[in-house]
This record gives sequence, structure tokens and C-alpha cells, in this order.
Amino acid sequence: MTMESIKPLKHGIWLKIILCVFALFFALFLLLFPHIVVLPFPQHIMIMIFMYIILSQSWNLLGGYAGQISIGHAVYFGIGAYASVLLQLKAGFPAWPAFVLGGIAAIPLAIIIGIPTFRLAGHYFAIATIAVGEIVRILFQNWDWVGGNVGLSLPLQHEGLWAFQFHTSKAGYYYISLALAALSVLCVYLIERSKWGYYFKAIKGDIDAASSLGVNPVKYKHIANIVASVMAGLAGAFYAQYVLFIDPPSVMASSMSVLVMLLSVLGGAGRLWGPVIGTVIMIPISELTRVYFAGGGQAVDQVIYGALIVLFAVLQPGGLLGFYYQRRAQSRRLGHGTA
Amino acid sequence: MDWSELLQILPQTTVSGLLMGLVYALISVGLSLIYGLMDIVNFAHGEYLMLGMYSAFWAWFLFNIDPLFSIPISAAVMALLGVLTYFGIIKRILTAPSLAQIFGTYGILVFLRGLAQLLWTADFRNVVNPIASGRMNFFGLYLGTGKVVAAAGAAITLVILALVLNKTKLGLSVRATASDRSAAELMGINTDKVLAIGWALGIGCTGIAGSLLVNFNYVSPQVGALFGLLSFVAVALGGFGSLTGAFIGAVAIGLFEAIGGVLFGPSYKYAIVFGLYLVAVLLRPLFARE
Repeated sequence: MTMESIKPLKHGIWLKIILCVFALFFALFLLLFPHIVVLPFPQHIMIMIFMYIILSQSWNLLGGYAGQISIGHAVYFGIGAYASVLLQLKAGFPAWPAFVLGGIAAIPLAIIIGIPTFRLAGHYFAIATIAVGEIVRILFQNWDWVGGNVGLSLPLQHEGLWAFQFHTSKAGYYYISLALAALSVLCVYLIERSKWGYYFKAIKGDIDAASSLGVNPVKYKHIANIVASVMAGLAGAFYAQYVLFIDPPSVMASSMSVLVMLLSVLGGAGRLWGPVIGTVIMIPISELTRVYFAGGGQAVDQVIYGALIVLFAVLQPGGLLGFYYQRRAQSRRLGHGTA
Repeated sequence: MDWSELLQILPQTTVSGLLMGLVYALISVGLSLIYGLMDIVNFAHGEYLMLGMYSAFWAWFLFNIDPLFSIPISAAVMALLGVLTYFGIIKRILTAPSLAQIFGTYGILVFLRGLAQLLWTADFRNVVNPIASGRMNFFGLYLGTGKVVAAAGAAITLVILALVLNKTKLGLSVRATASDRSAAELMGINTDKVLAIGWALGIGCTGIAGSLLVNFNYVSPQVGALFGLLSFVAVALGGFGSLTGAFIGAVAIGLFEAIGGVLFGPSYKYAIVFGLYLVAVLLRPLFARE
């Protein structure tokens, strides 16, 4: 390629090419990561990042795009985990079909929460997510058939992709979670570009205007909620395969719901890359504090999360991405102003 | 359980549920007042109650002040905290989208609960031998003295609150602001001050409820979760913003909780109350006046 052929290209296109090359290298790095870094702990952090990307994208679809704030998102995660484990333990399902059904099992719960609350203002839904979270947690803690307070363990199997269990290295879990996280981003990307995405944003922006233009708000809130519940349920089913043990405190914890909310708020709710940015920043911090402040750490991280959520709500509800776009728009306005 | 046995304990359970319902009412009315004034759901309401309970506990533990005498102290401390919360956080999100409002108060919840655990550990603590302890015989029903005293204290506070809101000029300006903030502003009411007073009253109520509750209830950083959720359910039952509705809703919840506990076992009683929330919200459009 000669210089002449390059010249007409604009500055912006060069930037895009550089970004594409960079993205390609980054993708290659992500694919090779388990072979470059063989230590289990960094791999564990990467797996947690991918799992929380799925969860926060699920939250983002419902809370960020459709404006329905779920405060008890862990309940979808927990139902997915329990359904997948119970199908394997009690009905003898193989791991993968149980995993898929785990995601689907969250749908009835989503509908139970949605039907009474979606005709009303947003806080009715928010409170319902906490209330249903509490009901499900209390039922599961007292229900011996699902393991009660003791929890459930998945029996060890010979490792392999079909068994969805890997014991000698975490690489298998790494690739599965990477694929699921990429799928969740792709899913939200496609929804954002489709008419659903526009309907969701319309409902969030002005529900009366949206319904006067023929968008059925209740219907599209349900759609957002159902898709979100399946994504969170699949993340839960993945978690069960990864840890091989579940109990109500580990898969239905309110602290998990808080974290999932924070990830989107921090990065930028209602933007495709917002939850990804929030997750990449927060999850390593959260996992490291969990390791170093074990025991008392539970509260330190909650204090920080709470303060961050308040801070972003008050100062920058658009999150880091919102801040970035705001600054860019400002500098552009200034640029035009001088011309 | 057979029916004769149930009938025997039913009066006891009903009265006990009504007493708790009055305490829930004191908490819920504050929540509904704040919502009525500024359309913001204070998700941290239970956490303020938790702090109110801790303030009464520490007053007893450090200075040997009986919870009955620390009522004015915890009411004042919590009212001040309410005003600080209003000016520090709430005032900045008054006109923000509902997303920011829910995050704002929910973030306060996470922060306060974590802070309590960090400062005072997750231990369950209780006041030993308060004045209002033991049992009393009330027309053949055996009731915990602490519960009776708490219900009486809650009832007195609610009556005073109702008088303040309905009979004084301050109450008039609060009601005017609740019904239309901009119109109230045009009539020369300093709505900023009124909203701050709303937080002082609403959170002050949790301080009083906290002092009353520690007579018979343990304190822990998690204790606010349950009371907060119960007050949301009460307010949703009665309609957000309605004080009478919140009162009726709270008393109904006290009854449901007590009777549900007898019928289905104590571990399920809260699941029943939260299930009631879904039913109430489902039926709500049938009665809603909005």
C-alpha cells in the first residue's frame, strides 16, 4: 500500500483501524490467557469477571435499558443454580441440558414478579424483587428436599466438556464463561439495535409518551425481565457447575444483588459497555478484598459499595461512560463555538 | 394443630399481632410521609431504625440509660441524621430520574448496614433487664410488658404526629407541600425547609421506634432488613404517600405475621407477609386513587 492510497483516509478511520487491531490482539490475548497465566487465582478472577459480565448485562437490559430497577437480582441467579443442580441430582439430567433449563427456570419467577408490579410505578417492582428474593430464600432455607440450610453438592464426574466439570485446570470453565460473557454482550448488542431496544428506551424515557405511540409498556417490561432472568439464571447454573456446591447464602445473597447493581451503575447503566467496564474494574477489587480481609471483609466492601452507589447516584447517574460521553460532547461544543 | 387449640391461642396471637402492628405503624408512617412529600422511596428506612435501636442500646450500655428514657435522645439523634441525609444526599436527587433516586437511598442502606457491621460487628445484642420487661396479665392474656409499652409509646407518638400534621401551621405547610410542591412554593412556603422537616419527622419516628423495640428485640446490623421490608409492604398496602393507609397496612401486617406464624410455623411467617405484598400490589389498581 502506497502513501497516496492512504492519504484520502480521514483521521477517524485510522483510529478505527488501530482500535480494530488492538481489539484483535486483545481477543487473542483473552483466548490464550489460560496458557499464558497458569496460576489458578488469576484464572479464577477472570472467570468471576466473565460471570459478572453476564449478570450485569442481564441487570443492564432490565434496569439500564428498560428502567426497571431490580434490587434482588440474585434470586434469578439462585433459581438458575438450584434448578440446574436439582435436575441433575433428582432427575438425572446431564449437565448441559440442566444448565439450559436452569436459565429457563428463572422465567416463571420473572413473570410472578412482573405481573403484579409492571402496571405500577418503578419502585413497586424494585420492592417486589427484594420481597420475592426473601420469600425464595426463606423457602429454600426451610425446604429439606432442596437441601435446606445445608445446601446441595454436585457429585464429581470425570472431567470433560460434556460433563461440564473440569478438575485439573480451570481452563475449561474459563472458555465456557468467556463464551457466555461474549454471548451476553452480543445478545444485549442485538437487542439494543432491534426495535425491542428502542421500545425499552422509550419506556424508560417517558412511559406515557411511549404508550401513546403504541408501545405496550407492560409487554416490553415483561420481555426485558424475562430475557434478563434467563441470562442471570444461566450465570447461576454456570456458577453451580464451577463451584459444585450451592446453598442459599452463596447463591441468593443480597450482597450479590448489590454488587450486580453497582457494576452497571459504576460503568454506565443503559450503555452496552457500561457493565463490562464496571465489572472489569470492580470484580478484581472485590475478589482481592474478599481474600485479604477474609471475615471482616464482608462489611468493608459493603461500606465501599454503598458509598460508591450513593456517590454515583448523586454526582453522575450515567456512570463512568456517561461521564466520558458528557466530556466528549462538551469538548465538541467548545470546538464548534470557537469556529 | 386442631381447631380448639387454635381458638385458645387466637386471642393471645391477635392482641400480640396488634401490638406489633402499632410499632410497625410508627415506622411505616415515617416512610410514607417522606414518600408523600417528595416521591422518593427511602429504601434505607429500616437501616435508620437499626441505627435508632443501636443508639438506644449504646445509651443503655455506656451510660446506663434505660431505653424508655433514651427515647428523646434517639429521636433527636435520628431526626438530626434525617436532616443531614436530606441536605447531603436527597436534596441533590430530588429532580433526578427515578433510577438515581432508587440508587441514592439504596446505596445509603448498603452503606449504613456495612458501617454498623464494621463498627459494632455482626453480633446480636440486647438490653438486659430494662424497666419494661417481664410479662403482664391483661384480661387473662399474657403479654410481654416490653411489647405493650412499645405499642403504647407508638400509639402516643402517632397521635402527637397526627395532631402536629392536622392542627398546626407547620403541619399545614407539610400537607400543602405534599399535595403540590410548586403551588406550596408560590404560597410562600419554604418547601426546602418543609422537606427537611419531613425527613426529621420520618427518621425521628424510627428513633422512637428503635428505643421502644430494644426493650424486647435484639439489635444487629441486619435487623433493619426485616423491619424495612415490612414497612415497605405496609406502605404499599396502604398506598404510597397515604399516612392513614400506612397505619392500616402496618396493623394488618402485624396481624398477618402473628396469625401466619401460628398457622404455618414461625419460619414461614415473613414469607407470608412478603407474599401479601405481591397480592396487595396485584389488587392495588382496583382500589388506587392515583
